Amino acid sequence: MIASQIRSMWLVFKHLFRRNVTVQYPEEKPYLAPRYRGRIILSRDPNGDERCVACNLCAVACPPDCISLQKTEDPDGRWRPEYFRINFSRCIMCGLCEDACPTYAIQLTPDFEMCEYDRQNMVYEKEDLLIDGPGKYHDYSFYQVAGKAIAGKDKGEADNEAEPINIKSLNL
Amino acid sequence: MTTSIWITLLNIFGVLIVTVLLAAILTWGERRLLGFWQDRPGPNRVGPFGTMQVMADMIKLFFKEDFIPRFADIPVFVLAPTVVMATMLIAFGVVPMSPNIGVADLNIGLLFVLAMSSIAVYSIILGGYASNNKYALLGGLRAAAQTVSYEVFMGLSLMGVVMMSGSFNLRDIVNAQAELWFIVPQFLGFFVFFIAGIAESRRTPFDLPEAEHELTAGFHTEYSGMKFGMFFVGEYLAVILIAALITTLFLGGWHGPWLPPIIWFCLKTALLVAIFILLRASLPRPRYDQLMKFGWKVMLPLSLANLLATAGVLLWTA
Repeated sequence: MIASQIRSMWLVFKHLFRRNVTVQYPEEKPYLAPRYRGRIILSRDPNGDERCVACNLCAVACPPDCISLQKTEDPDGRWRPEYFRINFSRCIMCGLCEDACPTYAIQLTPDFEMCEYDRQNMVYEKEDLLIDGPGKYHDYSFYQVAGKAIAGKDKGEADNEAEPINIKSLNL
Repeated sequence: MTTSIWITLLNIFGVLIVTVLLAAILTWGERRLLGFWQDRPGPNRVGPFGTMQVMADMIKLFFKEDFIPRFADIPVFVLAPTVVMATMLIAFGVVPMSPNIGVADLNIGLLFVLAMSSIAVYSIILGGYASNNKYALLGGLRAAAQTVSYEVFMGLSLMGVVMMSGSFNLRDIVNAQAELWFIVPQFLGFFVFFIAGIAESRRTPFDLPEAEHELTAGFHTEYSGMKFGMFFVGEYLAVILIAALITTLFLGGWHGPWLPPIIWFCLKTALLVAIFILLRASLPRPRYDQLMKFGWKVMLPLSLANLLATAGVLLWTA
């Protein structure tokens, strides 16, 4: 019995010469993968237009209901959010909004340092969320691949899209 | 005459301040060592190597609400934490640290230390009783039973040392070890006293009175602020006292080659304190009945056998 106690003491003592596993956080930052699920952003397409089409799928997918937005329509036919609000004091960084998004607009980033002294400051508005770049998907532009007609791009002019056929012209 | 008074005063306050400071620093030292043994750095943010953690903790303790529950037995509740700290500090008075450092030269120094460390347990029992809390009372009960069973052979294990040196005076005991440290002829006594010492200072693996996992914090559940701080400092003082006692009784006190006596004393004591902390880092707490069984059925017979053998050998060679 005594021998086993002394053995366990010796084993613990040997840990004095082991490397610490602790990461000294503010000085020493851990590597975060590019797909790390942190602070949420709204990206723009390669032309610099907002990708978000205000479809509300992210708000529906969001488990803690922290996303709130309102659709509006531009004169050129584009849909965009009038406001887009994420309450980060409720967000659980689950990434379901990113999965639900049909236009790659909403994305999670490898940044988690977003502490605030005031809870109100955790509510991010659209101007806080929008970034200038395309995020993780460099070449994707929703209106370039979708059949929706906007000013300057009529039906059938999108990539991989054929001219629409007027079925009344077919002799059936 | 006046110079001797000054020297005595210097001795008294020097020992007092150094022991209290050491107990405070040990709170940091223990956490740091425990950290290293658990592959983490421990407190290292405040000041160089985290040494100012002691100050930070002290400031925190002083400014915390010193809450006394309404259901407590207030005079006893207030008195209890002072007992452990006072008795431990008084006990340091007779520990000789070097040929000319040490407060009192008592001819029954060893008995005095044992008595003081036994009185310290009143602090735990009274604190547990006065808190009027189930957990605290259970902790106090355990402390009482633990002391009763471990006090007996704690004293008995030292009788071998007393017989060999022929004195209860700690200074004489140290002087008797100039040739050979008592750990060699009295290894059994050392072993028994070491374990009893851990039980006496209520350190893991014998920290059943406070057993965080079962009794929240045991006897000091209801204590906060500086009253809790005094229990804490008292515990660390007990650790240093037991280490200093083992040094004096078994490891030759200040005796050692090359280095000055006080350095040798401090080195040996520090080593023992580190072993105490290593014990805490590595060994689990036994069940309560195992503790009692171990005390009465293993340690008591061992110390009695040691006593008998020592007496026999001494009579044979006399």
